[in-house]
Amino acid sequence: MALLELKNVTKYYGGTTPALAEVNFSVNEGEFVAIIGASGSGKSTLLRCINRMVEITSGEISFGGVVVSKLGKKDLRQVRTKIGMIFQQFNLVDRMSVIENALHGRLGYKSTLAGVLGRYTNEEKWQALRVIQMLGLDQQVDQRCDSLSGGQKQRVGIARALVQNPKLILCDEPIASLDPRSAKIIMDHLRSICTDIGMTLVISLHQVDIALKYTDRIIGLNRGTVVFDGPPGELTSQRSAEIYAREPKDVNLDLGERNAS
Amino acid sequence: MQADVFTRRRNNALIFFALLAILTAGSMIITQFNVLKGGASIAKALLWGAANFYPDAGSITKLPDILVKLWETVLMSIAATTVAAVFSLLLAVAGSRTTRIHRSFTVITRGIASFFRNVPLVAWAMILMLAFSQSSLTGFLALFFGSLGFLTRAFMETIDEVGANAVEALKSTGAAYFPVIFQAVLPASMPQVVSWLLFMVETNIRDATLVGLLTGTGIGFSFDVYYKAFNYHAASLVVLVIVITVLIVETVSNGVRRVIL
Repeated sequence: MALLELKNVTKYYGGTTPALAEVNFSVNEGEFVAIIGASGSGKSTLLRCINRMVEITSGEISFGGVVVSKLGKKDLRQVRTKIGMIFQQFNLVDRMSVIENALHGRLGYKSTLAGVLGRYTNEEKWQALRVIQMLGLDQQVDQRCDSLSGGQKQRVGIARALVQNPKLILCDEPIASLDPRSAKIIMDHLRSICTDIGMTLVISLHQVDIALKYTDRIIGLNRGTVVFDGPPGELTSQRSAEIYAREPKDVNLDLGERNAS
Repeated sequence: MQADVFTRRRNNALIFFALLAILTAGSMIITQFNVLKGGASIAKALLWGAANFYPDAGSITKLPDILVKLWETVLMSIAATTVAAVFSLLLAVAGSRTTRIHRSFTVITRGIASFFRNVPLVAWAMILMLAFSQSSLTGFLALFFGSLGFLTRAFMETIDEVGANAVEALKSTGAAYFPVIFQAVLPASMPQVVSWLLFMVETNIRDATLVGLLTGTGIGFSFDVYYKAFNYHAASLVVLVIVITVLIVETVSNGVRRVIL
């Protein structure tokens, strides 16, 4: 059964051009799905619609058999605990330590008072520590996050998502602000999270070559519409030019630029 | 094209300075202010000050009295600022774009902040004097209202600036409202909040002198009494003591800022 299912998902931010138009796809458990497309094609919006950080205008999103779009506040929070999220800007609390930031992943499971006071059980702390070690940050456990490099910060972001014990992790351009070496480390970690733990991941990416190399399936977005959905092997340069085309007639022009660079 | 941009920029600057000159000249003509006479008066005032307005041996005997009043004033400023800061922080969290519960809160909070900030301190002191007559409560409340307006505005902007990313991340883990505030917003904005608080304490110690002059309390009242009794030496000692106090407070708060930032 599909873990995540989107039916006719449409989003207007006001105005007449939709950010997402009639998006349909489903993701199976254990899949590593890339969403590619030019800036402004709706990648970030799409990811944020899944955990309702952005409300959709029409359509239906179901996650684990539950229709997310109809949930009340409390049920929505419960669903969110099962969906981890990783951000381009890492979105850590910079002045707190690595372990504290990782433990933030547990807040969704806590009572308001325990969350406010930041009280975690020993078991939660051990779990956070194991995840941090797995990501190779054991030397930095008590270090403040503002003293870390970009790649290390993103690993803390991954730790926070994993500590949630999620069924799905959404990654919003996780390597867009990293240098190539750190980017490779992050992508290797994400790949092994999928392969070794069997986690389901949906990742938005700028770079087609990285999507081709790491993921099982690619969804191409162009101005809010799905224009490609298939395994990396089927993504010919003609098809990828269609994804990045500004207007349908630009296809050949863009293809020329891509080959030139 | 490029030349046009530069020409336009130069013309804009010329127009700006021309307007400024017209405004200055215009207001001087309307108020019949004579620059030469004004300049001469400043020199005369300085000469008078050098001849009469300095502490002498006799005024030193007043020092213990002055220090008692000074201590009162400093404590009142700190109390007014810190109490105002607590209320401001609550208002700022309720009104900031990233942490508000509803859009209307921002409008209301901004309204409150503008109102308290735009009524001048002296006006607050005069109005409150009707209710509380000449007492230290009047001074305390005048400083409190002024600080409330300023700090609410400053804290709101701080939270908007530093909180947004971490708030998004914690919300997406399924954390409830108050844990997000206490685990992300407050830790992230604390250095700047403390920095604004220290700035406000400095400003309020200075302003407390003026308020005390009106409300008949603290160091401002001492100044008033000596000045009106033609005891210029003691009055100048009061001014000197205030200047030294503000310098000390500034040094201390700069030290605190270096440690926390």
